[in-house]
Amino acid sequence: MADLAANLATLLLTALGLLFFVAGTVGLIRFPDTFSRLHALTKADNLGLGFIALGVAFQAESWAQVARIALIWALALLAAGAVAQLVARAALARREAP
Amino acid sequence: MVEPLLLFDALLGLAIAALAVAVLTVHDRFAMIVLFIVFGLMSALAWVRLSAPDVALAEAAIGTGLTGALLLTTLHHIRAAPAAPVPVPGGVVVANLGLCALIFGGLAFAFLLTPLQAPGLAPAVAQNMAASGVGHPVTAVLLNFRAYDTLMEVVVLLAAIVAVWMVERGTVQAPAPVLGEIYRGFSRLALPAIVVIGSYLLWVGAQAPGGAFQGGAVLAAVGLLLLLGRLYRPQPAHRPFARAGFVLGTAVFAGVALLVAGGGRLPFEYPAAHAKTLILLIEGMVTISIAVTLAALFHGREPEAVPVSEKSE
Repeated sequence: MADLAANLATLLLTALGLLFFVAGTVGLIRFPDTFSRLHALTKADNLGLGFIALGVAFQAESWAQVARIALIWALALLAAGAVAQLVARAALARREAP
Repeated sequence: MVEPLLLFDALLGLAIAALAVAVLTVHDRFAMIVLFIVFGLMSALAWVRLSAPDVALAEAAIGTGLTGALLLTTLHHIRAAPAAPVPVPGGVVVANLGLCALIFGGLAFAFLLTPLQAPGLAPAVAQNMAASGVGHPVTAVLLNFRAYDTLMEVVVLLAAIVAVWMVERGTVQAPAPVLGEIYRGFSRLALPAIVVIGSYLLWVGAQAPGGAFQGGAVLAAVGLLLLLGRLYRPQPAHRPFARAGFVLGTAVFAGVALLVAGGGRLPFEYPAAHAKTLILLIEGMVTISIAVTLAALFHGREPEAVPVSEKSE
């Protein structure tokens, strides 16, 4: 019973996460400029990865594994945020330069 | 009963092949590198699907992360000093095609000749695990049963940095891009985490996927972050330390082999009681060397005396 509930939670949460990834990808393809594309990508991907990490965490065998999944999510979040800022900075510099 | 992940595997294989074609055909050099990085990540995923997490980790850390960083920094330097593109002579193209065909033919030959469903060397490794000093078969093969091959890989890295320091002597360096406050905050938060993760990968290699090359590559990222954020600037006075770092792994690795051989054994026939200690010693030193060498490869040329005008920056 507990297994069934955990599997159901994993299915629902990863599906929700994938939905955010699809939305982010559509935004990346459809939006006109770098800044709005970044907006779509970072918001959607951070939430998407969060839901997928949460879903996968229901399959973990120990709390140590949950902690590692949480660490991966936190590091990816940090890196994505910093990279988005760097890309925006480069795009802004290029827009002002020519 | 159809394997449920067959469709996923087929799509993954197709995506890898398509990415390889895209890397070779796209004209923009930056797009080429980004596609190559995506190609590497997909290959790492393919290695996971083939139940080879060790190779996947190495592909992701070295083949994708660090190689991608090396390619991007190379592009940065090429852009700073634009040279007229030199047309590739037809003979070179034909020779390269011939060599690629040879490699492809050899691989196909080896693949077709491999007997299906054969046990391979896995039973032999499993039988001797108790004597290896570690609990993870891949580490046992890399650091004990076939340690000679791994020693040669470490020597290749050493040769690479020697060549780079010689070739890049006197070349013009493009100024490093200014990355700003957010980047600095990010590197401050990320640096301690990377140090812990790299050391963990090295330590866990004795029991689970991980090891010197994966840990070393992750630790090299510390060097990259420091160099990019200008938190560390290489000085000529640091060259002896860098050189010591480059040679450390090879020296300890070869030294242990020679010492073991001096005791009337074969070069990598560690005494069973000390196998774990010796392997950990070699892996630790090799990790330091790999990290220092990869970071130095990213920096490129040997640090030279800085002109006075730059000093007062």
